[in-house]
Amino acid sequence: MNAAIPAVDFAGVDFKRGERTILGRATFAVEPGEFVGIIGGNGAGKSTLLQLTMGLLAPSRGEIRVFGAPPRATHGTIGYVPQRIELDPDVPLRARDFVALGVDGAKFGIPFPSARRRSLVDAALADVGATPFADKPAGRLSGGEQQRLAIAQAIVGRPKLLLLDEPLANLDLSAAAGIVETTARIARERGITVLLVAHDVNPLVRYMDRVLYLANGRAAIGAVDEIVNEDTLSRLYDRPVDVLRVRGRIIVVAGDA
Amino acid sequence: MNAFFASPNVEAALVASAIVAALSAAIGYFVVLRGLSFAGHAVTDIGMTGGAGAMLAGLDPLVGLIAFSVGAGAAVGAFGERARERDVATGLVLAFALGAGALFLHLQTAFANAQTTLLFGSIFDVAPALLRVVAAIGVVALAVLTALYRPLLFASVAPLAARSVGVPVRTLGYAFLIVMAVAVAETAQIVGVLIATALLVGPAATAMTLVREPLRGIALAMTIGIGISWLSIACAFASFDLSRGAQSWPASFFVAVITLVVYVAARAFRERRA
Amino acid sequence: MPDLAAGLAHPWLQNALCGAAIVAVVAAIVGTFVVMRGASFATHALSQIGFAGAAGAVYAGVPPAFGLIAFSLLGAFGLGALSLRSRSSDVPTALVLVASLGTGALFLALTDDFGSDVTSFLFGTIVGVARAQVAVTFVAALCALAVLAVIARPLLFATVARDAARSAGVDVAALDVVFLVVVGLAAAITVPIVGALLVFALTIGPAAAASRLCTRPAAAFALAIVLGLIAAGCGVALAYETDWPVGFFISAIALLEYVVARAIR
Repeated sequence: MNAAIPAVDFAGVDFKRGERTILGRATFAVEPGEFVGIIGGNGAGKSTLLQLTMGLLAPSRGEIRVFGAPPRATHGTIGYVPQRIELDPDVPLRARDFVALGVDGAKFGIPFPSARRRSLVDAALADVGATPFADKPAGRLSGGEQQRLAIAQAIVGRPKLLLLDEPLANLDLSAAAGIVETTARIARERGITVLLVAHDVNPLVRYMDRVLYLANGRAAIGAVDEIVNEDTLSRLYDRPVDVLRVRGRIIVVAGDA
Repeated sequence: MNAFFASPNVEAALVASAIVAALSAAIGYFVVLRGLSFAGHAVTDIGMTGGAGAMLAGLDPLVGLIAFSVGAGAAVGAFGERARERDVATGLVLAFALGAGALFLHLQTAFANAQTTLLFGSIFDVAPALLRVVAAIGVVALAVLTALYRPLLFASVAPLAARSVGVPVRTLGYAFLIVMAVAVAETAQIVGVLIATALLVGPAATAMTLVREPLRGIALAMTIGIGISWLSIACAFASFDLSRGAQSWPASFFVAVITLVVYVAARAFRERRA
Repeated sequence: MPDLAAGLAHPWLQNALCGAAIVAVVAAIVGTFVVMRGASFATHALSQIGFAGAAGAVYAGVPPAFGLIAFSLLGAFGLGALSLRSRSSDVPTALVLVASLGTGALFLALTDDFGSDVTSFLFGTIVGVARAQVAVTFVAALCALAVLAVIARPLLFATVARDAARSAGVDVAALDVVFLVVVGLAAAITVPIVGALLVFALTIGPAAAASRLCTRPAAAFALAIVLGLIAAGCGVALAYETDWPVGFFISAIALLEYVVARAIR
């Protein structure tokens, strides 16, 4: 792979919904193999950014490249993990059937048993620590377990880029920590670039290479200490912001405008 | 056109249909808000079994309609929280009730027309006694809905928040389903079991597309409902006139089709404006 | 009581059993997807649209199968288009449903012979299933199953993980419409035997019971087919013995299967 080509490249990207500017002049590049956390408040455009990367939305202006190609042509190179999967408890799928959809679920026809698919699924289940419940009904697993299945489904097709949309939102602290640790380990072992959207920077600090902070339609990318400080965030938010460090945790307090 | 207003049948049809259309529209607003269209339709269809059963037993079909509808409403409520399970369970209970209805209609060979009357209504055949019953039930049901309005709206759009301030969300859900069952049973008696859903869902969904505010929305829904049913009666009467009395088109047909057309038009209007 | 074994010598009963078996298999396979997608209401609506088509065909004097299939396909596209841009498909489904019932009522009123011909489409009949009708049923069933076989995998993906499927390049909106068309086709061939009002008993009853009992997709489909065949076979046999409407027995057996499945698990 040519190291000169970024995994994700946004060049002057605007995105408007009606009159509202969700993203303005967003310019940044993510290098292959990087783990980048995308942080921002509600409506800051975090999910929009992922949808633009997948080509499900088109930018109002500017250009987006994923491994040098337009986003529309990237099927198979991107794995996507939604905020949560809502499975009906009675859906007749085992955990492994759910994960197997990530291998060839987009292809037409009926899946016939295949040793290759089975070994891919087994490897993905093992990577996310889901082997113990691989043959249980998927709909009856806990939220954290289902989240692991969603990650397994996203990585089983050997993507080069993994996008996670608020995977921690419905999890308690220890389950969230487990998901981040698992994601980071898989990304390292399989050489996958990761964009992970989250509300809170803290669960990600130990694992991510850089942070992409979104506020007011603007984006700033850099190491955690370069971005999550009072100067940078105050500039981004257009108002005074305090960054407190309490017992190793980072707390961002935005003042009045 | 003079014949239209002179006919006592038409007058009774206009009054009765206005009552059931207004009641259906007001209740339908909450049906759409709560995503209960399927349940609403199921309750009407199940009422058919009750109507057929009552005829078989030699009773007034309205009694069977209301009894079975209310029972079905309570049963749908009891199927609980999970939407998808409610979907399947509602469907299967409905299917069985329809099967039983088919059996009742099959067993009852006395009136050849009973079946189609029950299914598709007989709006030009409203007896004065029935008109009084319809009016009384309509007033009571609307009064109950008015009393429930505020907590019901709260529980429909934000059930958890409503529960936290002491609104009895589950009980309210049951109460609403029962009021709905009474309303659709009554509508079914006038426009027929299979078409009652049109007046329940159509005007409310149309109003919701056009107006955001609940009270104005309900008022608009009632207006649309009455408009649709009167227009349908006029069309049915005209079709009788045009064919010189040889063949009239059923009012149910006009109700169903006009409702769909109005809804599609409202959605097209909103999309163009947006 | 007439003897079923002796009755099997009648070609019309053989035809009824063949037809019922074909529609039971199709309904079970389509139904498993219907249950997973929570699309019972759309299924119910599409079968009644078929009723309007059948009534129209009788009025126009053409074979009902044409009206059934034409209206069901048209209804499927209409329903798909209306549901595409709305938050929930509940309201469009209800309105398309009653519009088609109303149209059916019109054709019913216009048809001079007010007889059982059209109402048998509402409640089903095992009498007078012609050999040719079985052939049409068989061909339409093959078409429905062929389309379903082609879209099975992406459809399953889009059903259980819509966002992930979309990001993998699955056109989920187009799949929604194609699936409704398959449901419409399945409903169209099921209506003449089971009756428009009862089609979805056979569609979702066995499928819902099987989904509850099985954890693997293949097993769920297989069990649904078996349960469907039991409901259809017993339904036809009991209707023959008692002369009661076949739809009553099929819907009762389908509900029983679901209730038993819930009791087991």
